[in-house]
Amino acid sequence: MRENVKSFASEFFVTGDPLIYGADVSIGLTLIAVVAGMTYFKKWNWLWREWLTTVDHKKIGIMYILSAFLMLFRGGVDALLMRTQLAMPELSFLEPDHYNQIFTTHGVIMILFMAMPFMFGLFNVMVPLQIGARDVAFPFLNSLSFWLFFAGAMLFNLSFVIGGSPDAGWLAYPPYSELMYNPGVGQDFYIWGIQISGIGSLMTGINFIVTILKMRAPGMRLMKMPMFPWSVLSSCIAIIFSFPILTATLALLFLDRYAGAHFFTLDGGGNPMMYINLIWMWGHPEVYIIVLPAFGIFSEIVSTFSKKKLFGYKSMVYAMMIISVLSFLVWAHHFFTMGSGADVNAFFALTTMLIAIPTGVKVFNWLFTMFRGKITFETPMLWTIGFIPCFVTGGLTGVLLSVAPADFQFHNSYFLIAHFHHVIIGGVVFGYFAGLYYWWPKLFGFKLNERIGKWAFWFWNIGFYLCFMPQYALGLMGMTRRVVSYSWDKGWWEMNLVSTIGAALMGIAFLFQVWQIAHGVKHSAANRDTTGDPWNGRTLEWSIPSPAPYYNFAVLPNVSSQDEWWEEKQRMEQGGAAAQSQLYTGKLEPIHMPKNSAIPILMSACCFVAGFGFVFHWQWFIIAGISGLAICMLKHSFNHDTDYYIPVEEIRSSEASKGRWTV
Amino acid sequence: MKVTKAVRRLAALLAPVMLLLAGCTDNMAVLDPKGPIAAQQRDLMIISTILCCIVVVPVLLLTAFIVWRYRDREGRKAAYTPRWEHSFKLEAIWWGIPIVIILILAVITVKGTYALEPSKPLESAQKPLTVQVTSLNWKWLFQYPEQGIATVNELKIPQGVPVRFEITADSPMNSFWIPQLGGQMYAMSGMAMTLYLQADEAGEYWGSGANFTGTHFSSMYFDVESTTQTEFDQWVKEVQAKSPALTSEGYKQLAQPSTEQKLTFSSFPEGLFERTVTKYASGHHHSPQLKEQEPADSKTPKPASHSGHSAEEHQ
Repeated sequence: MRENVKSFASEFFVTGDPLIYGADVSIGLTLIAVVAGMTYFKKWNWLWREWLTTVDHKKIGIMYILSAFLMLFRGGVDALLMRTQLAMPELSFLEPDHYNQIFTTHGVIMILFMAMPFMFGLFNVMVPLQIGARDVAFPFLNSLSFWLFFAGAMLFNLSFVIGGSPDAGWLAYPPYSELMYNPGVGQDFYIWGIQISGIGSLMTGINFIVTILKMRAPGMRLMKMPMFPWSVLSSCIAIIFSFPILTATLALLFLDRYAGAHFFTLDGGGNPMMYINLIWMWGHPEVYIIVLPAFGIFSEIVSTFSKKKLFGYKSMVYAMMIISVLSFLVWAHHFFTMGSGADVNAFFALTTMLIAIPTGVKVFNWLFTMFRGKITFETPMLWTIGFIPCFVTGGLTGVLLSVAPADFQFHNSYFLIAHFHHVIIGGVVFGYFAGLYYWWPKLFGFKLNERIGKWAFWFWNIGFYLCFMPQYALGLMGMTRRVVSYSWDKGWWEMNLVSTIGAALMGIAFLFQVWQIAHGVKHSAANRDTTGDPWNGRTLEWSIPSPAPYYNFAVLPNVSSQDEWWEEKQRMEQGGAAAQSQLYTGKLEPIHMPKNSAIPILMSACCFVAGFGFVFHWQWFIIAGISGLAICMLKHSFNHDTDYYIPVEEIRSSEASKGRWTV
Repeated sequence: MKVTKAVRRLAALLAPVMLLLAGCTDNMAVLDPKGPIAAQQRDLMIISTILCCIVVVPVLLLTAFIVWRYRDREGRKAAYTPRWEHSFKLEAIWWGIPIVIILILAVITVKGTYALEPSKPLESAQKPLTVQVTSLNWKWLFQYPEQGIATVNELKIPQGVPVRFEITADSPMNSFWIPQLGGQMYAMSGMAMTLYLQADEAGEYWGSGANFTGTHFSSMYFDVESTTQTEFDQWVKEVQAKSPALTSEGYKQLAQPSTEQKLTFSSFPEGLFERTVTKYASGHHHSPQLKEQEPADSKTPKPASHSGHSAEEHQ
């Protein structure tokens, strides 16, 4: 019996690596500290009522962003471990198998569990405020989306200490990801972690399309909508067409592994190429899904901090929509070297190049928004200005990669690695940071320390170029991705060492950001944003108090232009004391609001249990999880007590406490 | 004055990067081609870089200029037009210029795609040499069907002669890449991909597996040597005379997951490469050979199973 337990435990838990034991201990201690702290301060009830069961889009957004930061930490530690291993030739800091797991989890976490939730967080906190809505179209679904993401992320991260991490790369190409070569549970964690959170992503896509199309404030026609919601719309269109492909593809891979099907196996008529096509049909739109909202954020910021209208609004809209559509027509450029033939390669090279056109147009429009503006350099704007050269040069290398015959020399080399980090960090991460710094006061009601923020910015930027510019050179020297070590005679060590130093600087930059947030929280009373409009903003979110009240708008705004809040401020200035608001003309009325619900978090917990059962082939877990899911759905179907009205008095006193609607 | 200042700032920012890049060009295999395919690919890289720079360099300069000139400060003389938001002419220019450049690049790319299609034979008076390449976990097997010999992790080719590589995998998919000779081609089970390359001059190069295949994937480098035809013929004779034969049993062992030194074989089982390809491509039945394969996951490669080869190691 004891022997049985022992052998089970050694299979079940990841053993043998001091790094992992260290992580086990720190995870355990953190958990104990959190539980003890929550109990000591009697915060469990508060946590459950205010956060875990909330359907408020702003709180859900904050939880998304918090999770994204945790995942940024995890993915960043993965990155630093890899860079340490590669700093010098022939190091054996990490074993090959461990290294393979780390580059896999780094990729999956950064794209699916960092960029995606960060993006959804920003969608959540800002889209309703920018379009003058009181919540998203489907608040319950929104909460469910978040908790599905969270359950998926936790399931995926669990593989680190239980069972073993996946090691087949972030897109898990078969046949390597099939049972034949990869019999461990890591790959199943991968499938179920992504599958569960992917369903959440799809629902978020639907939710925001409906929100944007149906819930805009009176007078806000589509072409009067701020650029960020436009970017969200283009991104969500790509989500609803691409995520079902991901779900289907992973389901087929799961059937191969679980039920002995032969969709992508080498034997039994399976075809791995099918998987590679399918996964990129999702995977390529995915990178545009995450970068388009960043474009929207930059558009908002560049206009605000240049104190000037966004240049070429229509061009910007068309450009994003064109990118959204074209993103579905380029997937085969990820495997020009798999022998598709000249016709196919030529077609996909051309569609890929086409994307450079609308993207280039956007850059020019940002530049000409700044042209004849009055530029100030607060942190959101710094990130935006830092983004432009970074993205332009990253775009250049992207065009080089799209030249199919030359790509045969770039493919799978560090040149490619440098390129996609260039556009994903320079575009997506810089964009989300810019957005977070920009909207932080609106979210939390206080401003962050600009000085620490600037330190973080410069560390990030210098670290970034030091890390990735040498990787272009390494690619041209023939270094391929995913190698765990390299020999002295290749002459790669100088560039690798510089690259590692750059990565370390980015690690320090992250610490600056953590410090900045901690500092901000500590000094929040002194830096409170009492105006609701700390940056002299242009759009609706700045017209309400900071932090936004739970019902967002006491009365719904009347919109007549793209920069409605800025126009309103102009009108008030010109009109003097007699000026009347044209933005808020309505009377206070009871506000219809959704009620909190515990069902989303319970459903996600059930998904987690079922997913865990699928990973370990524990039928009872699967049955328990799925039955729980069914019970939750039934319970919710028969629940008619889902909404309530906020009485006028409550709105009036809430607004009065912020100095508004006092008359 | 202001412009030059901005330019200087930009130059100061970019200088370290440029220096870094300049410092190591001698080591850049891809930019130091030794064969016609790699040379044409290098030229394409340079042409497309120049074309892109026509847009990118002005944009970078313009960014620096605009950010500098239109920064908000006291006593600023630059214009401020908060409501200026549209100019058909300007927007036409920046929709137009990228379109023109992409059009030019598209023509070059399409031409290049057809010209450099990897399965297209190279124009040459010489008859191409065929080498059958099999990616194994974690080593490369090269078979020379015309010479009847085989090698592991070592590729010898005559200079100035086109080489027709037929590439497959008896392992997860890999990618066969010799940077100084030309672009890579995937090695996939159940398929024989064709790639033509040629070394113009004698020399020692290296190749690698460019697509991840598991634990010891990083050990899949191989040496490439191009020699004169006479030296090549002599080497072939030597291998035929001195090296052991690769038997079917020997191949089975070789295909087991392990890392491997350089090996040479005086012969190989007839039709080995074709069988390797077809055993995966055979459709809807479970190939018995496949079932025998050990999963690649095993953390310790099995050196024991290779004791038989130790005597055969080429030195």
